[in-house]
Amino acid sequence: MRSNRALGATLVGLARALGRALVSEDLARQCGLLQSLDPRVRVAGLLTLVLAVTLSHRVSVVLALFGTAVLIAWLSKVRLATLFIRVWLVVLAFTGVIALPALLLTPGDTIYTTAIGSLRITAQGATTAVLLIARVETAVTFTTLLVLCTPWMHVLKALGAFHLPQEVVMMLAMTHRYIFLLAETASQMFESRQSRTVGVLDSATQRRVTTRTAGVLLSKSVELSNDVFLAMQSRGFRGDVKILSEFRMRTWDYVGLMAFLAVGAFAVWMGRS
Amino acid sequence: MDGKILTASPIFEVQNVSFEYERIPALRGLSLTIDRGQSVALVGANGSGKSTLLRLLDALSFPSSGTISFCGDQLSPELFRNDGYALSFRRRVALVFQNPDVQLFNPTVFDEVAFGPLQMDWSSAEVVAKVDKTLQLMGIGHLRDRAPYRLSGGEKKRVALASVIVLDPEVLLLDEPTSMLDPRSQSQLIDLIQQWKGSAKTVITATHQLEIVEDIADRVFVLEQGSVAASGSAHDILSDGDLLLRANLVHAHRHKHGETTHSHPHLHSHEKHEH
Repeated sequence: MRSNRALGATLVGLARALGRALVSEDLARQCGLLQSLDPRVRVAGLLTLVLAVTLSHRVSVVLALFGTAVLIAWLSKVRLATLFIRVWLVVLAFTGVIALPALLLTPGDTIYTTAIGSLRITAQGATTAVLLIARVETAVTFTTLLVLCTPWMHVLKALGAFHLPQEVVMMLAMTHRYIFLLAETASQMFESRQSRTVGVLDSATQRRVTTRTAGVLLSKSVELSNDVFLAMQSRGFRGDVKILSEFRMRTWDYVGLMAFLAVGAFAVWMGRS
Repeated sequence: MDGKILTASPIFEVQNVSFEYERIPALRGLSLTIDRGQSVALVGANGSGKSTLLRLLDALSFPSSGTISFCGDQLSPELFRNDGYALSFRRRVALVFQNPDVQLFNPTVFDEVAFGPLQMDWSSAEVVAKVDKTLQLMGIGHLRDRAPYRLSGGEKKRVALASVIVLDPEVLLLDEPTSMLDPRSQSQLIDLIQQWKGSAKTVITATHQLEIVEDIADRVFVLEQGSVAASGSAHDILSDGDLLLRANLVHAHRHKHGETTHSHPHLHSHEKHEH
């Protein structure tokens, strides 16, 4: 039953994630720094900072950008505890695994010798690992801030304004809606299976059942996505994202855009190797 | 489309239409005519082709063979490549899906109802005014800023209906509008449909719930295995027990009277139950 519990926990986790996605729409309607800017400035500005993070080769510069991300989050009324749990811990867990070999295998000046024979931590290895983790943490924080502080339809419209192909924008629009339905369907299928399962299934049967369930879910997902698209089409959707609030650049937006570009350019300049 | 209102002229003409889903026939040579301002019920058991027909009438799919005409224009993929025609058609014909979840894809109820008008390129002021008016009309003003995913089944149905009624379409296509609803929500929804049909609009409802047919339709088409098995007034169709039994719309109901057990076709209607 252990894998049943694991599957259950995954689905519950997915449901919670969806709940949080809904909360993010509430956050996007609050009055904060990012929320006060035109969505196009938010998209262009935060993506500039993500680019700056990836182009910076100095840990100090990436950490300064991380500080900037924290400041922006605080001024945009995003709870740091939320970022800590949803972004920083998760990213640390995943990136840590990737960074570990760099920490132990990069040649250079030894700063610590492990108990296992030839494995040594070098200064160069530590710098590479910290740089990798800091870059990913900072880039993901900026991206999360964009999604948290901007209603999804505004993000899509802003992407359209940057001439992203209409097909891609439409695909993103569909995915956003459809993923809720898919998670709900998966959760219901799991509950239904659980209610009809008595006793413990051996692992071969469990694998077979899980494979079949995945196949059915895939078929259902194709049908659902088709229905969602038809429902949009039925109400006149022709591929253009149209929202009520028209984007209008004000002085404050230009100031914000200049600030983002200046910080990004300065970080790239300071962070060159 | 000239937009002229002619009474008792056909709004939809369906001629010998067949349609297949991955080689499985859903409609087989179906023909029917629906007049302007008529309230029509498409009744039939599950799999009889009701939902497929509604999708074809809404030009979301096109027949494998046969023709469907709307106000004299034969619906075809080529016709819908013309954005002007497509928008005009979407404005005039609206479909409420059976599963409201597929129809509600916006972050708030307000955005959901505003989706259609925005596609029609109405001005912002007009969109806001229309949406607010529709929310009040449907009694869901208090749900304005709620996420549609979090609503109850009845509320979702109302929002789904509001999201198409806001366009004030000439034709309203409803797919099983009362399914998944509790009796009170069902009754409220029927009241809304009656209000709508009272305003000289064409209402086409697919349902297998015979008990609501007389309330929502003047004319009934009975669908059986993808074609029309019978048509007539709601009263005539509902009185034909053999037809309803053959179309799997009623079941032989076994019950006891004193010491005698017998069976007969059973229909849950508002009329008195007689033997």
